[in-house]
Amino acid sequence: MKYDAIVIGGGHNGLVNGAYLAKSGLKTLILERRPMVGGAAITEELLPGYQFTTFSYAISLIRPDIVQDLQLVKHGMMVLPMSSTFQPGFDGEYLLLGADKDQNFHEVSRHSRQDAESYRDLSHLFDRVCFALKPLLDAIPPNAVSNRVEDIAHCQEVKDYLQNLPADVQGLIDRLWNGSAADILNDYFECELLKSNIASSAIIGSMISPSDKKSGIVWLLHKMGEYDGVFGDWGFHKGGNGGFTQVLARAAQAWGATVMTGHGVDHVIYDSGKVEGVVLENGQELRADIVVSALDPKRTFTQLVDAKDLPADLNQSITQFKFQGSASKVNFALNGLPKFPALNGRVDPFTGFVNVGPSMQYLEDAFADAKAGRFSRKPFIDCCVQSTVDPEMSPPGKHVMSCFVMYTPYHLTDGAWATEREKLGDTVENTLNEFFPGFHGLVEHREIVTPLDIENVTGLTEGNIFMGELFSEQMFLNRPAPGWNQYRTPISGYYQCGSGTHPGGCVMGGPGKLAARQVINDLAVPAGKN
Amino acid sequence: MPQTTPFHDRLIALNETGIWKHWSGYLVAPRYQYSETDEYYAIRNSVALLDTSPLFKYVIKGDDAKSFLEKVLSRDINECQVDQAQYTCWCNEEGFVLQDGVILHVAKNEYWLTAAEPTLRYFRQLAAAGAYLNLEIDDISEEYGILALQGPHAFDVLQALNIDAANLPYFGVARTHINGMPVVLSRTGFTGDLGYEIWTSTEDALSLWDVVMAAGRNYNITPMGTTALKMARVEAGLLLLDVDFSSARFAWVDAQRETPCELGWGWMFRKLAKDQRDFIGRDAIETQLKNKTQRWTTVGLEIDWHDYERVHVEAGIMPPKHGVYSESTMSIYRRGDVEWDYVGYATSFLYSSLLRRPIALAKLPLELAKSGTQVDLEIPVIKKPQNVLAHVARVPFFNPARKTSQFGKQ
Repeated sequence: MKYDAIVIGGGHNGLVNGAYLAKSGLKTLILERRPMVGGAAITEELLPGYQFTTFSYAISLIRPDIVQDLQLVKHGMMVLPMSSTFQPGFDGEYLLLGADKDQNFHEVSRHSRQDAESYRDLSHLFDRVCFALKPLLDAIPPNAVSNRVEDIAHCQEVKDYLQNLPADVQGLIDRLWNGSAADILNDYFECELLKSNIASSAIIGSMISPSDKKSGIVWLLHKMGEYDGVFGDWGFHKGGNGGFTQVLARAAQAWGATVMTGHGVDHVIYDSGKVEGVVLENGQELRADIVVSALDPKRTFTQLVDAKDLPADLNQSITQFKFQGSASKVNFALNGLPKFPALNGRVDPFTGFVNVGPSMQYLEDAFADAKAGRFSRKPFIDCCVQSTVDPEMSPPGKHVMSCFVMYTPYHLTDGAWATEREKLGDTVENTLNEFFPGFHGLVEHREIVTPLDIENVTGLTEGNIFMGELFSEQMFLNRPAPGWNQYRTPISGYYQCGSGTHPGGCVMGGPGKLAARQVINDLAVPAGKN
Repeated sequence: MPQTTPFHDRLIALNETGIWKHWSGYLVAPRYQYSETDEYYAIRNSVALLDTSPLFKYVIKGDDAKSFLEKVLSRDINECQVDQAQYTCWCNEEGFVLQDGVILHVAKNEYWLTAAEPTLRYFRQLAAAGAYLNLEIDDISEEYGILALQGPHAFDVLQALNIDAANLPYFGVARTHINGMPVVLSRTGFTGDLGYEIWTSTEDALSLWDVVMAAGRNYNITPMGTTALKMARVEAGLLLLDVDFSSARFAWVDAQRETPCELGWGWMFRKLAKDQRDFIGRDAIETQLKNKTQRWTTVGLEIDWHDYERVHVEAGIMPPKHGVYSESTMSIYRRGDVEWDYVGYATSFLYSSLLRRPIALAKLPLELAKSGTQVDLEIPVIKKPQNVLAHVARVPFFNPARKTSQFGKQ
């Protein structure tokens, strides 16, 4: 069987990529090693009636044009709004933000009248920054090392675009690109609960604290998602993020792609710098003129192909590419909703993100443990009780709670994850019990997913949830390597479309879409012109 | 002083926003929470509970009830058997619509009707003129409250209430009891989703509210305000009196009046040739159907997503999407060489969060009413009129299988 295009990896980007390629008329095969599609965006029923979002658990950044282009609504896409953000503090203190701007003003005012006003100012400026950068997120980035006239012009075009933005927008972009979230937050706010709540977006999945100069860009990327056109708002896909990748698989198939699960790729075959197909783990050979890897840069350039066949500068970039997974998941089946004593009995604090990390110092301390090579003794925990919004996630009256836990370094100085994992589970449970007394009694089942588990199950190197850190030296012009940031590889016909390419991770689908665009562009141009 | 519905004592505590509006002189909550989107999604994802008691409610009974309704209602009441409900309308002699409503055939020779506007005297006048000997028409608006239980888990809530609604078909009606309280249950609603409406006596209203809310707790039951209902009904393609059309009764000129065909209800008359009913407006409607003389029809519009993005992004702003629901009139133009070639207007506009695109209900001449036809819809972009591409679309825009599916026979 000969295909026009083979996509390696049935995660969200592989599915998006395959769907676009099929839509463009290419006979496309998507190969997934595991028995189910979805990669790190899967939902699993680990206990009868309880749906666990094993890894990825919320959605915001999925590019809006993908939803339209692939007609995802027709295939069941349904994102339910996460209507609150809850930041429990010590001694009954808390911050509970919701959908209403004026209510939020008064809620922040309880802590600081000035912060309440700054919150609006910063939100508005941030919205304008996101609006300004959105076109760059949705376009193939320029090649900054090429000497070709078109590439030089493309770089200049982007430079001009950025330089023509309003000064205040440019100012914040500069600070976010080069500076720390803490620095900006300290300029705007005094309330620790508010600062640490916002700072959570600046550290998620990254081996940095909010005071690290690399945190600004992590924050920026997370704010660029949208819900109903509102930047920074998130939602739960019906049935979890696994529900979303099921939608993508249906869409890809409807556009004509073949999706084969249980078929891992051993390596890519190529000759004289031109791709010829893939060899499956079972030894079977499949031919195609186009092969797209949705795997991370390390696997794309060192496992699927022989690094010896690649240029030295690319090899060096890939060797230096930082993964350093920092996050774990601890997912719970609960026999009731947690209770925060000061808001006893209320459901609304649990219908969005519940951020355990009540001060900037708390987050810094949590990071200090990770720097010392151990998981945080007082971890930052981003909790979601999706069953409060989506009744299909748990049996009636019961709940599922997804906990994203930081910091949990992939490399432990002492011990190994095999022996540390239950201790991590206990630490998370104990921390939650401090903020939500009686939490222990609610737990019916828990699932611990360490960075090592993430790597082993999904193939994300070192368990990095973004397929590589979102640091500025690994973004845009440099994702995953200077000159190789346009989805092509040195092997003609071999492309990359994972989150290790622009614009990055977070269930955006952008890499899958843009890589498909590049493939289609290249096919339209006579060979040799690229 | 506004009136209150029989459920009001419970609604006060639930209305977090403190905002109320008036519906036929009754206090109702446009939304209970700060986000109408959450309430909207309860309809599509879990289950929502709405107080629709401000509707006018009438009972029409007696041996002559059917022949009276045959005369008055435009849709054939003979198709509405006992234990069935029917969406219907009634017109004047010129074939212009006076009102629409849902009629329940609750027992032999007994019908219950909901209406947005009063129609007791009008019906009684018609009854008197027609010399129906055994006919009673009464206003029971104050004797009953109605709850709409809408959403994919509505059936589960009924099961939790020990009601066997498994075999209740779409637009079916049942007299039953909830916790010993007599109710009339119909598989109807205005959301285009799986849903039921429950009629209760005013005295039982608060107890009924409590037991339904308790039974729904495990399914995230959410009280829904009128805004969420309106958002859902646009997706369902359901028209609202005084928004998408006006009653012919208080119109000044025919330009304000509309016939069933002009409202897109031609489907109500598919079997007209086979029935001999002498209903009010029949001649006019028949003539219009035969000669295709309707001035326009009512259609769905799907606004092109890319064009909607473009006109806003070019103006330097994010396209408004969150909670965008509008009942203001928007002009529609023919696409072609002539600029601003006015052809019709939209009456309801929604950015559908679920469908991820703006949609509208609109009036267009027949030659532009075919699905897929392209027109320009005028929307305001930073206060300035701007045309965006829209396609004529079939309604309902959203039509889940669960709306009509049968639960009993698997």
